[in-house]
Amino acid sequence: MALLQIAEPGQSAAPHQHRLAVGIDLGTTNSLVASVRSGEATTLSDELQRHSLPSVVHYGNDEISVGYDAQSQSATDPANTIVSVKRFMGRSLDDVKASGSQGYSLTASENGLPVFNTAHGQYNPIQVSAEILRPLIERAEKTLGGDLQGAVITVPAYFDDAQRQGTKDAAELLGVKVLRLLNEPTAAAIAYGLDTKQEGVIAIYDLGGGTFDISVLRLNRGVFEVLATGGDSALGGDDFDHLLQAHIQSALGIVEPTIQLNRQIQIEARRVKEALTFADIVTASIESDGQTLSCEITKAQFEQLIAALVKKTISSCRRTLRDAGVSADEVLETVMVGGSTRVPLVREKVADFFKKMPLTSIDPDRVVALGAAIQADILAGNKPDSDLLLLDVLPLSLGIETMGGLVEKVVTRNTTIPVARAQEFTTFKDGQTAMAFHVVQGERELVDDCRSLARFTLKGIPPLAAGAAHIRVTFQVDADGLLSVTAMEKSTEVQTTIQVKPSFGLSDTEIATMLKDSMKHAKDDITRRMLTEQKVEAARVIESLTAALAKDGDLLSAAERSQLDESIKALDTLAQADDSDAIEAAIADLDEQTQDFASKRMDNSIKAALTGQSVDNI
Amino acid sequence: MNYFDLFQFTPAFDINTAQLADRYRDLQRAVHPDKFAHESEQQKLLSVQRTAQINDGYQTLKTPLLRAEHILSLRGLELSHETTTLKDTRFLMQQMEWREALEDINHSSEPQDLIDSLYDSFADFEKNLFTHLTQLLAKDNQADNLLAADQIRKLKFMAKLQDELSRIEDKLLD
Repeated sequence: MALLQIAEPGQSAAPHQHRLAVGIDLGTTNSLVASVRSGEATTLSDELQRHSLPSVVHYGNDEISVGYDAQSQSATDPANTIVSVKRFMGRSLDDVKASGSQGYSLTASENGLPVFNTAHGQYNPIQVSAEILRPLIERAEKTLGGDLQGAVITVPAYFDDAQRQGTKDAAELLGVKVLRLLNEPTAAAIAYGLDTKQEGVIAIYDLGGGTFDISVLRLNRGVFEVLATGGDSALGGDDFDHLLQAHIQSALGIVEPTIQLNRQIQIEARRVKEALTFADIVTASIESDGQTLSCEITKAQFEQLIAALVKKTISSCRRTLRDAGVSADEVLETVMVGGSTRVPLVREKVADFFKKMPLTSIDPDRVVALGAAIQADILAGNKPDSDLLLLDVLPLSLGIETMGGLVEKVVTRNTTIPVARAQEFTTFKDGQTAMAFHVVQGERELVDDCRSLARFTLKGIPPLAAGAAHIRVTFQVDADGLLSVTAMEKSTEVQTTIQVKPSFGLSDTEIATMLKDSMKHAKDDITRRMLTEQKVEAARVIESLTAALAKDGDLLSAAERSQLDESIKALDTLAQADDSDAIEAAIADLDEQTQDFASKRMDNSIKAALTGQSVDNI
Repeated sequence: MNYFDLFQFTPAFDINTAQLADRYRDLQRAVHPDKFAHESEQQKLLSVQRTAQINDGYQTLKTPLLRAEHILSLRGLELSHETTTLKDTRFLMQQMEWREALEDINHSSEPQDLIDSLYDSFADFEKNLFTHLTQLLAKDNQADNLLAADQIRKLKFMAKLQDELSRIEDKLLD
């Protein structure tokens, strides 16, 4: 589109400072950090030239270790070594127990979240995830030589609201600004540079350690439009390992393994699985009580074990294509993501279904982080001319509980986000002043079969006859797939923004404790961090407003303009000082003053976007 | 909100969908939240709201059934939360026959053949409904608008049947 770039006077196109931003793939088994350097995305390595960091955290008596160090403790101290924490994210203790607690000592938090009881203390999945992010952020700041402006963190496309919120919370716990939660499959498509080459439909098959995603995208002039997404947030390579583990265990005649032995077999199962990618027969061996037990596993045996799981992924592919309204023949390319796509049976079945060889040229373990880095570079503002735009969809329907435990869908899955939908409710008793809401996510008709996202009560409804009060509840999902809810009683126009408490989120006290805990490690304190955040926001407000005024200042009257200039100056002065509340108030004040101006500018840019279009069409 | 205005189209049932998609992408480029990632919270919120509106408008104009409903709503006929029932007995009889056919699929020896033939019948029937709907909407008078609303109600029945059929097909393939 952008054929001509006309610089405004005073707004020279001088190269601005390069903002440091990274893409992070927070994976079930391994995590990576990548960044765009000299125009090219690369993953960043540690001192030992290792790129991926095992997503493992060991909580010892005195210290916390992460990655390879933690992994080496996994067999000897399994109860204090957390692996695959991503599977616990946004889940309740009951959910987790249903799928096996893997030898951890778990208790429930205030809201029913699982908490790991370790030698080092109690930690929830968000805190464990933050531990995994910490060394990656440190690595990036050291390698890139400066503070990060922000990070793009990838999540499985199929993650629900609670899982996404948990991921974002983990990063924010470390004081990292999340530029965007990016869906892993979309990240992979960016890494392959498909945006620059093609127009048409592509499918991304992403089988990681713990999750399976299938996304169908339409590409057109740099715009990635996700048409449909599907999958299973509890199916991955780990499940292959578990099946193989059970098989090895019974082949070796082990009946009741200790936690340590169990972990040993688990590690051996993974090794055997990986070896079977290149060999037709592999020997599994386990050391137990000074004895070596061993058995042979053939590729055919392994494929028989996992056949049903692979078939399940293909069924998802078929459903997702139908949701997207395209046939398998229309798919131009299939992209393979995730370590588990190395399994030959997986490649074979995917190739059969889509009737073409899938793309595998980029390391499937790194492809997601690389795509995230490219997106982070753009979002940080380093590539103002980029045409790349990602339009994602809501992976699971959002609904509200109605009479009889039924779900009324408010936003259906595969709706492009951001999205806002309003629904009206009315009182059913005379003089009713409060109303309780229960928000759920999922496709099933009964509330009990969906995931509970949040419960809230709307209070202060004017007492009227039954059915006379009209309450308009607006659900808004942002570009990260995160939900917020506002409610308004129509006759009084009283607007209430509801603090939606995620059912499987954190309580306020938990957030405060977590922040305090995280500060113990950082040489920082809460007040200082809040001040820094306010200062950064103030700088952002001033920068964006100054640019807006330079461009569209003529939308304002002279009086409005001078009033604004005053306020900007006032904010600038406050931002030099150390009163974070005063800065916050000044930002809010400026926000209110510029509401109309900002709104008008947005409308103008909408009109301008189409003016070019109509000219093209004449 | 008149979505035809937002996308600068003349309100009509027949629209150029390729042009609609182009305009959608251009609007997204102008307002999507990713374009405001390093701007103030106010800008971000505003962008989320406008983008949500554009997304809604695009879905409405892109989907023939929603587009038809939107046209009627602009003409003052609101169908979205209505409880009016259809009185066309011939149509309802046909629906019942199809429902029975859906139930027969599981007992059939060649279920996929039956599924395919049902997909074809549904598609034919829908095509006729749409042709009729297009003619009625073009006339733009009160009586024909009411008839158009009936066509839309029928098309909604058809959409439900299609969903049902897809669900049955899924179960069969899994």
